[in-house]
Amino acid sequence: MANTSSTHDVKVLGAWPSPFVIRARIALNIKSVEYEFLAETPGSKSQLLLQSNPVHKKIPVLIHRGKPIAESLIIVQYIDEVWSSGPSILPSDPYDRAIARFWAAYVDDKFFPSMSLIKSEQGEKKAALVKQVTEGLVLLEEAFQKSSKGKAFFGGDRIGYLDVAFGSMLGWLRATEKMGEVKLLDEAKTPGLVQWAESFCADGAVKGLIPETEKLVEFAKLLAARMKGRGSS
Amino acid sequence: MAEVKLFRTWSSPFALRIVWALEVKGIEYEMIYEDLSNKSSMLLQYNPVYKKVPVLLHKGKPISESFVILEYIEETWKSKTPSLLPEDPYQRAMARFWAKFGDDKISPLIWEAFIKQGKDQEEALVAAHENLKYLEVELRGKKFLGGDAVGFADLAFGWLANLVSVFEEVTGVTLIDHEKFPLLLTWMQNFMDAPKIRDTWPPRDKLITKFRDLRETLMAKEPK
Repeated sequence: MANTSSTHDVKVLGAWPSPFVIRARIALNIKSVEYEFLAETPGSKSQLLLQSNPVHKKIPVLIHRGKPIAESLIIVQYIDEVWSSGPSILPSDPYDRAIARFWAAYVDDKFFPSMSLIKSEQGEKKAALVKQVTEGLVLLEEAFQKSSKGKAFFGGDRIGYLDVAFGSMLGWLRATEKMGEVKLLDEAKTPGLVQWAESFCADGAVKGLIPETEKLVEFAKLLAARMKGRGSS
Repeated sequence: MAEVKLFRTWSSPFALRIVWALEVKGIEYEMIYEDLSNKSSMLLQYNPVYKKVPVLLHKGKPISESFVILEYIEETWKSKTPSLLPEDPYQRAMARFWAKFGDDKISPLIWEAFIKQGKDQEEALVAAHENLKYLEVELRGKKFLGGDAVGFADLAFGWLANLVSVFEEVTGVTLIDHEKFPLLLTWMQNFMDAPKIRDTWPPRDKLITKFRDLRETLMAKEPK
């Protein structure tokens, strides 16, 4: 849980709308690690961010004992390895770990990029993106059925790596559905995921981190206006 | 009947990462060469999502995506040295960071510099160099990114040792120069010469032909 006063051993540089930042925070929550959340101001990058992640200049950055780690999934694995006495985030079996990593990479490489474009596209382009995303969700449904083995989460009884990697996207998934006026997560096609989404968002380590749909929609509009304001020079 | 099979092509740099990992660790495996213009039903069955190489098949179970496969190899054959990843979690995070950086930043920019011409090529090269600077710094005081021995990040960047000189010959342009990147060039040579690695290089003349043809095809498609 975020603690802005005493614990400075662990800091997260981030912003509330970012699903990648959410991953780092959920992972720390799973391990019950107290941390300081340093919120970046939208539209600008702090000195600390530029210093801690000079290569990408992006959030999240985890700073542990003064040393910065960037890239959300790398951060999650780091957290799992450092706080090894806490509940495991990655599965224990190497093959299960490989499957979890594969799908997490799929979320980042295929799913998220397509999904993010939906809200700003129309017509044929939009339809193609929606098709890609809904097909992707069907693949993830299959992965869920195999991985959960009848339990509530990809990780089984408790949330794990793939739950964190994919679940962090749920805020934007719902916001995209609203802004794009499309249904992506469908009871009929992906019943397991619909149930999983509810369980995930209600989980103790996740509660309060997935932003409300309305807030994300507002944020997206603000961002679009800011982009327009900058013009295409 | 081999317990470990690797689906690869003769030139895929991603598949080569896995060849290197298996060779360096002394793991026995069977190679299955794919023709990507005529994919086998096995490949399509084992990697239905991407339909690409490499795919590692271990005891009948398939794993795809090169970094995922490398992590799997590291975790499954724990006793086989050298370790591809260090023990320390922070060092492990750094190795993974640099590997990902290579694929996200370096690879696309070097590719841009390879397929473009004139001003576009110049711009891509400038951007590539901006990012390669980080690698140059990372190599200070080290023989390999992994330290004394080849590690995860070295395997990720190994394609540089393999392909940059091919790209340079095909384009007639120096992509990585000695003045700016002395450590990187030394690393490329050390990697090329590393035991177990040096016998895996695809034939250079075949690579030159392949990339020359590819470049011509791509340039012909460019809008004038």
